[in-house]
Amino acid sequence: MLAKNVSASRKVFIICNAVLILLITLACLIPIVNLLARSFSSSQAIIENRVTLWPVGFNLDAYEYVMDSSEFWTAALVTVKRVLIGVPINMLLTILAAYPLSKSDGVFRARKYYSFYFVFLMVFNGGLIPTYIVVSQLGLIDSIWSLILPVAVPIFNVILIMNFFRGLPEELEESAMLDGASQWTIMWRIFLPLSKPSIATVSLFSLIMHWNAWFDGLIYSNFTTNYPLQSYLQTLVVDVQASLISGDLDSIAAAMNVNDINLKAAQIFISIIPLFAIYPFMQKYFTEGLTVGSVKG
Amino acid sequence: MNSIDKNRQRVFHLMLLLPVVILFIFSYLPIFGIVIAFQDYQPGLGFFKSDWVGFENFRTLALLPDFMPALRNTLVIAVFKIIGNLVFPVAFALMLNELRVKWFKKTVQTITYLPYFLSWVVLGGILLDFLSQGNTSSDAGLMNTALLNLGLIDAPISFLGDKHVFPGTVIISDVWKHFGYNTIVYLAALTNINPSLYEASSIDGAGRWKQTWSVTLPGITPIIILMTVLSIGSILNAGFEQIFVLYSPSVYETGDIIDTLVYRLGLVDSQFSLSAAVGVFKSVVSGILILVSFKLADKYAGYRVF
Repeated sequence: MLAKNVSASRKVFIICNAVLILLITLACLIPIVNLLARSFSSSQAIIENRVTLWPVGFNLDAYEYVMDSSEFWTAALVTVKRVLIGVPINMLLTILAAYPLSKSDGVFRARKYYSFYFVFLMVFNGGLIPTYIVVSQLGLIDSIWSLILPVAVPIFNVILIMNFFRGLPEELEESAMLDGASQWTIMWRIFLPLSKPSIATVSLFSLIMHWNAWFDGLIYSNFTTNYPLQSYLQTLVVDVQASLISGDLDSIAAAMNVNDINLKAAQIFISIIPLFAIYPFMQKYFTEGLTVGSVKG
Repeated sequence: MNSIDKNRQRVFHLMLLLPVVILFIFSYLPIFGIVIAFQDYQPGLGFFKSDWVGFENFRTLALLPDFMPALRNTLVIAVFKIIGNLVFPVAFALMLNELRVKWFKKTVQTITYLPYFLSWVVLGGILLDFLSQGNTSSDAGLMNTALLNLGLIDAPISFLGDKHVFPGTVIISDVWKHFGYNTIVYLAALTNINPSLYEASSIDGAGRWKQTWSVTLPGITPIIILMTVLSIGSILNAGFEQIFVLYSPSVYETGDIIDTLVYRLGLVDSQFSLSAAVGVFKSVVSGILILVSFKLADKYAGYRVF
């Protein structure tokens, strides 16, 4: 489409455009690089405010300190647990809801009542306090289930999968039915294998939701030992007064290159490493998933 | 055939059973639970034994000095976020669309949607240091240091502690987190524009700017309308998680929103009924707006939610 004889003004535009895009991109990267640089810097360099985008006095002491921190790993374990239980539950319930809802009103006659039941919840909700009261009345406070059950049926994901199922050719189902296949078999053996990209997208949505959630952990736990990783990090981030280094470890910390700032940076960075690990998959599937279901909730 | 159909209907009901029950317990029970907004709810007495007080909590609410500022802040922050999250991604998608170097475009996208996948706790941890004012100008965060060195400011700005600056910080950092991801939708729409339209317009003598104006923008107008309409429903959502992480008492005057007020009233001060009343107000207004947005999306963009 680009003609060979590009005009001078066009050239200027192309260059300005690329430079502007580059600056905007750097704006997304610099704060994160700044965090990373701090986590590898010596406490002296941090106190003197000499760290910008490159570690000053490079060392791994902050990371070594975190490796031995039982609080950090207790919280990480809670997060791993909620992901391992929560994501499969999310997926199971999403598919179980999406399959019948993807049928037409003629095929599944009660469909409109069910879809009203689901859409109503996109419009109204009980709000923070009544939800908190229900969760606590059920005795789920301090239980891993308080982090899983209230978010067990993500309605936005149900819509994504439902729309994908609707796009599959009807003949597939008809021929399977003639062969005597039950609806369970059709869902499990025909629809699911054909929906891998959108199932992958939704699994990633659910994984990220569980990994990043912190407010539920904060309100549904009385004991900080039940905090998932992000809730634990929230207490570090917001509560600037409290020192991360407990009394008797002070001397060890001073001998090492550790202070509150590089320690906080190291913990934040470790918490996002798993997201970087799945980032290539996210890129592959999100565009697909987004364009299928089209709109965010 | 009839018995096969009956069986099929039963299977459909059975599949929906578990999702429906879970939603009933964790989403519908709390909706019934808003009755406590009309009670003087005591946790020890429960829903059934607490005293009914009618609209007393709503009267208290109207007199609450924190309520009107929180409502105003919510609207201001949410409206500017909606505008920013619409205009900036569209502009960025148009800019990216002009790039011809594939790897550059791909790398830019990879980096710009990174912040979307990080939680507000992580971003808060990053921003609190990055935007820090410092105790003296020598220990300010990277943002202030850079602005000082460039000679753009004389003294470090308190991005998070100054009540006049805080709403701007919240709006810009929200657009910063989301624009890369929001761009995906517009970029997909741009690639769907029929290339022959560009050819035809260039034969008619349209320049690049003219093409952008008369082919590209009209091509993505439907999706822009759809996104705008659907964002009407979030006009009372100013972003609880973000503000909860970033705010402090010194910026309550301009930074406190309905959701943070509900949190402090309910879970910090244990005024369950009053807090639920604020929640009911928000839920009802938001619900009406969401319904309106669904109707408009159906009417103007042919988009049905379900």
